[in-house]
Amino acid sequence: MNKRLLYRDHLAQWLIYLAVLTVSAVFIWILSDLTRGGITHLSWDFLTESPHDAGRSGGIGPILISTFWILLVALTAALPLAWTAAILLAEFVSSSSRFGIIVRFSLQVLAGVPSIVFGLFGNAFFSIYLGMGFSILSGGLTLACMLLPILVSTAKAGLCAVPQSYRLSAAALGMSKTASLIHLLLPAAAPALAAGLLLGIGRAIAETAALIFTSGYVDRVPGSLLDSGRALALHIFDLSMNVPGGDQPAYASALVLVALLLCINILVIKFAYGLQRKRIMPV
Amino acid sequence: MTMYPSQSAKKNNCCESAFTLGPLHTGPACCDPQPVVQVESLSLQYGHKMALENVTLDIYRGYITALIGPSGCGKTSFLSALNRLVDLIPACRVTGRIRVDGRDIYESACDVQALRRQIGMIFQKPVPFPLSIRRNIALPLHEHGIRQRSEVDAIVEQVIVEQVLRDVGLWDEVCDRLDAAALSLSGGQQQRLCIARALALSPKILLMDEPCSALDPIASGVVEDLISRLSGHYTIVLVTHNLAQAKRIANYAAFFWVKERAGQLIEFGRCRNIFETPTHELTAAYVNGTRG
Amino acid sequence: MIWSKRNILFFSVTDKLVLIVLRLGAVIAALVMLLILIFLLTESWPALIQITPTRFLTDASWHPLESTYNLTPMFSGTLLASVGALVLAIPLGLASALFIVFYASARLATSYRRLIELLAGIPSVVFGFWGLTTLVPLITQLHPPGASLLAAILVLTLMILPTITLTAFSAPQAVPDEFLRGATALGLSRWGMISGVALPAARIGIVAGIILAAGRAIGETMAVLMVAGNVVQHPAGLFDPIRTLAANIALEMAYAMGDHRAVLFVTGFLLMLLIIILAVAADWLKKNSQDWSASS
Repeated sequence: MNKRLLYRDHLAQWLIYLAVLTVSAVFIWILSDLTRGGITHLSWDFLTESPHDAGRSGGIGPILISTFWILLVALTAALPLAWTAAILLAEFVSSSSRFGIIVRFSLQVLAGVPSIVFGLFGNAFFSIYLGMGFSILSGGLTLACMLLPILVSTAKAGLCAVPQSYRLSAAALGMSKTASLIHLLLPAAAPALAAGLLLGIGRAIAETAALIFTSGYVDRVPGSLLDSGRALALHIFDLSMNVPGGDQPAYASALVLVALLLCINILVIKFAYGLQRKRIMPV
Repeated sequence: MTMYPSQSAKKNNCCESAFTLGPLHTGPACCDPQPVVQVESLSLQYGHKMALENVTLDIYRGYITALIGPSGCGKTSFLSALNRLVDLIPACRVTGRIRVDGRDIYESACDVQALRRQIGMIFQKPVPFPLSIRRNIALPLHEHGIRQRSEVDAIVEQVIVEQVLRDVGLWDEVCDRLDAAALSLSGGQQQRLCIARALALSPKILLMDEPCSALDPIASGVVEDLISRLSGHYTIVLVTHNLAQAKRIANYAAFFWVKERAGQLIEFGRCRNIFETPTHELTAAYVNGTRG
Repeated sequence: MIWSKRNILFFSVTDKLVLIVLRLGAVIAALVMLLILIFLLTESWPALIQITPTRFLTDASWHPLESTYNLTPMFSGTLLASVGALVLAIPLGLASALFIVFYASARLATSYRRLIELLAGIPSVVFGFWGLTTLVPLITQLHPPGASLLAAILVLTLMILPTITLTAFSAPQAVPDEFLRGATALGLSRWGMISGVALPAARIGIVAGIILAAGRAIGETMAVLMVAGNVVQHPAGLFDPIRTLAANIALEMAYAMGDHRAVLFVTGFLLMLLIIILAVAADWLKKNSQDWSASS
């Protein structure tokens, strides 16, 4: 009897080890493929020049610029809305009030919408209805809608993690809620807010489907916010699917993208240290 | 009974108004205990649970009043009702009257922020803000009007910070590191910092919820000494589980007990009477250690 | 000083102003959802009135230029790809979670967990690209053509695996230590304790994670678009190319007009509803599981 249990235990253990090894091996495989394929193509010129010959040669300079602008538009639109909603939900509104339930439900719904549907919405609303056409503005605003749920939930988690004793002490000292918020609670929650911001940035630059029909494909340096611009993720997509022989620059661009995301991930870990990370990490 | 001329005008301002020189008469002690807080039939309910039922007592100016009794009989709730901290608990209902200096503090005309400036509160676990020592004291000052916009205000702030830190005996220990983090202080130092922070607003009354129970014995002794030094200048209401501490420093004692599932005031009087000649049998049992 | 009528209750004037501003921000954030719903419905409206829903199931084939809109091949493509990915990802994901919580040393556990989080952070475009340049040629060697259901399943597995691991990981970790100590005291072996005590206690959290992963697999567009072949057909086997609903929208949106465009919006709306239902179900399960552990 005991021997059978022992075999079962060992079998389970080895199966689990096998699974873990498989996953790790595939991960390393992907990273090494990317590095091998793209490291030779990577150079300072690559990062700053314009693409020539549909991207087969030249660099990704204008694309990095467009990506930056789209990101800036998205964050400028999303951050104020998201953080005010988070402060409201965490400090002023009880979780059972009607208003609180509606806001939380809407954000939950938003979090579940797939990115291609955001692309459809962005196209219908920003590009066509509001007449922005294929532009950085349109793409950035669509991304802003996508970022709202993640920014709100991380900010709210950060504020709720500040101990209640601070609020009670501040109230006992006769401080108004606004003052305790500005001088005490927001500074204490700042690392969590920063971590949430970085997660949002990471999500935004990885996004492709929402941008195809909103910010367009043009790979020149954008002249204004209403110009079309190509994001880095879109560039990788275009090079691999539509441009025969575009694999090398695609590998290099993918390497740049993954390296950026890696830096963001490391910064998030640094900021989220000590907080309950499972509350902040997106799943 | 002769009354001093100044006393005939305002009976309540015993230690505050100037005395005119006149012929000396013998009379009652000028410091008859005057109540500064009058609680009438106070009841506190959290949802359906009755925390306090029908409490009536007076807190006398300048003295230390100890609230004693086992856990769960509403002493902390009573304290929180005095500075309207119960407003922050949504399900809490307060009935009855609490008068501070003659006016009901649960009236709608009451300025709660000013009330909390006059009544300071110290919690069981020291809660210094995650800021520097200086900023911990300066922040509530700024809130209540002393800003750093002018040079005069900056000097006033510096003077107040030094004064309160001296009052609590922390000045010698931290004068060279006022900008260090408050969280780097030891437990006893943190609690004294919290007291200094409350004193910076020049309150009349200090509410203390078991201020020494989270501290080690030495720090506890230091804080206790501070509390007895503060009496006279300030009115102190102290919740404590430590009967020996109450006997040592308190002037008045109020004994609470849970009866019929609600906290009730069993006996209130001068500390010596409560401990040596209690009138209620429960009080006698509690202070002698046979119950609770 | 206490008795001025300046203030009401415990909100000062600044507090009231700040509250108004905060309310405004939150309302706008909530309105975005409403806006999305409205626009999706408006754009799908032409299709909804002119084309009866049964046509989506019974038309001859998917040929928008000839006005036939049979969605079933793409339904089955989406379904098969997602189910296949779940079949592979659930054991791998659960095993990873169990490894982190029960089998690994502290340092190994943190490193592996970081690895999973990094895997979660790789963009779908990069997965698709790697699939296109590495996986598809490999599969072509096995059985041409390479761009197929199998490629889609493998890539989707890699993408939803971290979701399952990270949700499943928090669930067994939350199992109270007393349960585990009690089990060991009864002489249960490690696997016996896991299968008998930890997994059942954590099963609600694990199921919630699986539901979320399914939602992610259904909504995934770019990676599948790049490796699945994109032929509209019911796949006869693992090596047949397929097209999923999400990929279809991305492919045809560029040149769709009129009714065709409206039908694409309808499929987008359906996708959104499906994933929202899954997300709400997962959330409801998580809330109930907290109640369960609290009452126990």
